[in-house]
Amino acid sequence: MKLSIQVNEGPYQHQASDSAFQFTKAAIEAGHDIFRVFFYHDGVNNGTRYTTPPQDDRHVVNNWSELSAAHDLDLVICVAAAQRRGLVDEGEAERNGKDGNNIAPGFRISGLGQLIEAGIQSDRLVVFGD
Amino acid sequence: MTMLHTVNKSPFEKDSLTSCLRLSEDGSTILLIEDAIYAALEGTTISDSIKEALKTKKVFALQEDINARGVKNKVIDGIEQVDYAGFVKLVTEHDTVQSWV
Amino acid sequence: MSEVKKFLYVNRRAPYGTIYAWESLEVILIGAAFDQDVTLAFVDDGVFQLVKDHDTAGIGMKNFTPTYGALGDYDINKIYVEKESLEARGLTIDDLQHLIWEDEDEDWAEKDSIKVVTSSELAKLMGQQDVVLSF
Repeated sequence: MKLSIQVNEGPYQHQASDSAFQFTKAAIEAGHDIFRVFFYHDGVNNGTRYTTPPQDDRHVVNNWSELSAAHDLDLVICVAAAQRRGLVDEGEAERNGKDGNNIAPGFRISGLGQLIEAGIQSDRLVVFGD
Repeated sequence: MTMLHTVNKSPFEKDSLTSCLRLSEDGSTILLIEDAIYAALEGTTISDSIKEALKTKKVFALQEDINARGVKNKVIDGIEQVDYAGFVKLVTEHDTVQSWV
Repeated sequence: MSEVKKFLYVNRRAPYGTIYAWESLEVILIGAAFDQDVTLAFVDDGVFQLVKDHDTAGIGMKNFTPTYGALGDYDINKIYVEKESLEARGLTIDDLQHLIWEDEDEDWAEKDSIKVVTSSELAKLMGQQDVVLSF
C-alpha cells in the first residue's frame, strides 16, 4: 500500500517526529511504499542539519536522513513554513539573500501542493502532531 | 468506510479524546498513542468513559508508548495493545485515518 | 490528475495563540487549486476562528480571518461548524462571519457556506472522507 506521513512538530519538543519515524520505519519493514513524508508547521525544524543533540540521545534529524538514504524516502519541507522559521536550502538561500543554508541531507524544500498531492496519490495519509 | 482515529494527548491535559469519542461513529477504531495511552489505564477518572466507548468502538493502545511510561500492568481489559507493526496494520485495514492532534 | 478525492480539513484550534489556524488556511487555499472535493469542519476551539470582527492591531499579528470570506470564490462552500462546540463556548451562528458562495447553476444566487451540524451529523460526514487533514 502507498502511504504518506505528515509531521507537524519539530524534533525533541514533541514526540510527534519520533512517532512518525517509528511508524514510517515499521511501514517500510511491512513492505509498504512511502510516497512522501511532508513536514509542516514547526515540523520543518526536523530538516536542519545544524541539530546537535547530546551523544547519548537519538539524533532525530539524522534518523530521518539515514532512513531516506536507505529507502529513497521523499522528505519534503513546506517552503512557506520553512521561510518563517529560518530553514533554507541552497536555492532558497540564494533567492532570499541568505549567507548559507542549513538543510539536512535527504530533505528538500517545496510547496504545500506536495502535501495535497500526497493526499491524492497515497492510499492513506497519517498525521503526527502536537 | 471504516475510520481509524488516533489520539495522542493525555485526557487529563487536553480534551482531544473527548472530542474524538463525541465525533467518531459507532464501529470505528481508536488508537491511543503517546500521552493518550494514559487514557487506557484502570482506576482513573477517565476509565469509565473509555469502558463505555468499548461497547460501541474498538480501542487500541500503542505498546511501545505504554511500556515507555511504565504502566503496562494498568491497562484496562478490553483495550488491545499493538506495536508499531500493528499500528501500520490498523492504518491499512481502515479506509481513512483521522489524527486528533 | 483524474481522481477526485474527498478532502476534509478539521480545524480544532483557536487563532493567534498558535499558528495552526493560519497555516491550515494556507493549505486550504493551495489545496483549492487541485480541484478536489473539499469540506471544512470547525470543531472545539476551531470555532473561534470564524468569529467576526477580529482586531489584531494590538497584538502585532496579522488578522488572517477576512480570507475566510474569500473561500466561496475558491469553490469552497461546504463549511461545517459543530453545534456542541459553539454552544459550549457561548456562541451562536450570529457570532460568526457570514460566509457565502455564488451558485453558478442558479444564476449566481448567493448561498450560505456555513452549516451548523450536530456531533452525530458531523461524525457521519467525517466517516465519508478519503483524506482527513487535521490542524
